[in-house]
Amino acid sequence: MAKTSARDRMTNEINAGSMADIAFLLLIFFLVTTTIVEDKGITVKLPPWSEEEPDITRLKTRNVFSVLVNAQDQLLVRGEIMDVNRLREKAKEFIANPYNREDMAEKPTKAIISLKNDRGTSYKAYLEVYNELKAAYNELWDEMSLRKYGIPYSEDMPFAYRKTIRDEIPFVLSEAEPTSFGEE
Amino acid sequence: MSKFSKKRGKTSPAISTASLPDIIFMLLFFFMVVTVLRDAELKVKVTTPYATELTKLEEKSLVNYLYIGRPLVKYQSLYGTKPRLQLGDKFATTADIPLFLEKHKIKVPESRHGQITSSLRVDGEVTMGIVQDVKTQLRKSGQLKVNYSAKKDPKRSKN
Repeated sequence: MAKTSARDRMTNEINAGSMADIAFLLLIFFLVTTTIVEDKGITVKLPPWSEEEPDITRLKTRNVFSVLVNAQDQLLVRGEIMDVNRLREKAKEFIANPYNREDMAEKPTKAIISLKNDRGTSYKAYLEVYNELKAAYNELWDEMSLRKYGIPYSEDMPFAYRKTIRDEIPFVLSEAEPTSFGEE
Repeated sequence: MSKFSKKRGKTSPAISTASLPDIIFMLLFFFMVVTVLRDAELKVKVTTPYATELTKLEEKSLVNYLYIGRPLVKYQSLYGTKPRLQLGDKFATTADIPLFLEKHKIKVPESRHGQITSSLRVDGEVTMGIVQDVKTQLRKSGQLKVNYSAKKDPKRSKN
């Protein structure tokens, strides 16, 4: 008469009936804490810091597309007051210079966009202007890509294609030190 | 007698729930993977502006966040209403940025240091003064890859 050990008496199965409940609990916890954050934005490469101011005067005026934004979020583009809605089209015209006008960029590689804002400019207005200028380049790249390769410009296209386009129309945006008329 | 004999009476009505935990676990794992536990509680009000030319930030571990905005109402008695910078979960000044960047850097493998992006989550109503100071400090610290956080414009899509 051997004693039946405790192990023999135990059934080898664990009751898994409550497993679903536990899983539900965890599921609800993660459902509640989840924030699928939309992490999108305009990516910018800042220039390295240098003490001396870059000298913009040695550039030909025809190659510089100056955009000034004041503390009232008004725009002055190449000496004229402009609405932000027209900025993209104007910038495109300036960079591509389809009619070879004397007062626009000699060629896209020489075009420089100079952006200057005030310390009182609202961030919204600044970003809107930046967005329009970036959009102008994006549209030009798109057009060129379609003309050359028949596909729209995107980050997924072959690197060689992108490089050719970027070499032909480089994104040059120089930001000057802001003025400080309208600091709150 | 009839061709279609009634089956309903014979089959047991219970559906096996044995695979239910597996299904729930699958959902659970999905949410566990996509969840990003918010590490910083926002102390400033940040409503990012709209834009169209957006790029997506791919790897979360390579991104550090800088928040700029007006302090929330409950902090206004202590910190005032002027736009402030928030690093991690506390208010900071631009002088704290280098240390903040360094702290994030040591968590990233050295070979990927060049890919670190700073995400500037800035309220649309803030003036450029403080943003400019932060940008200058970032440039001085050698953190040149910056992303101006923005929302997709619902009214004007890209094309």
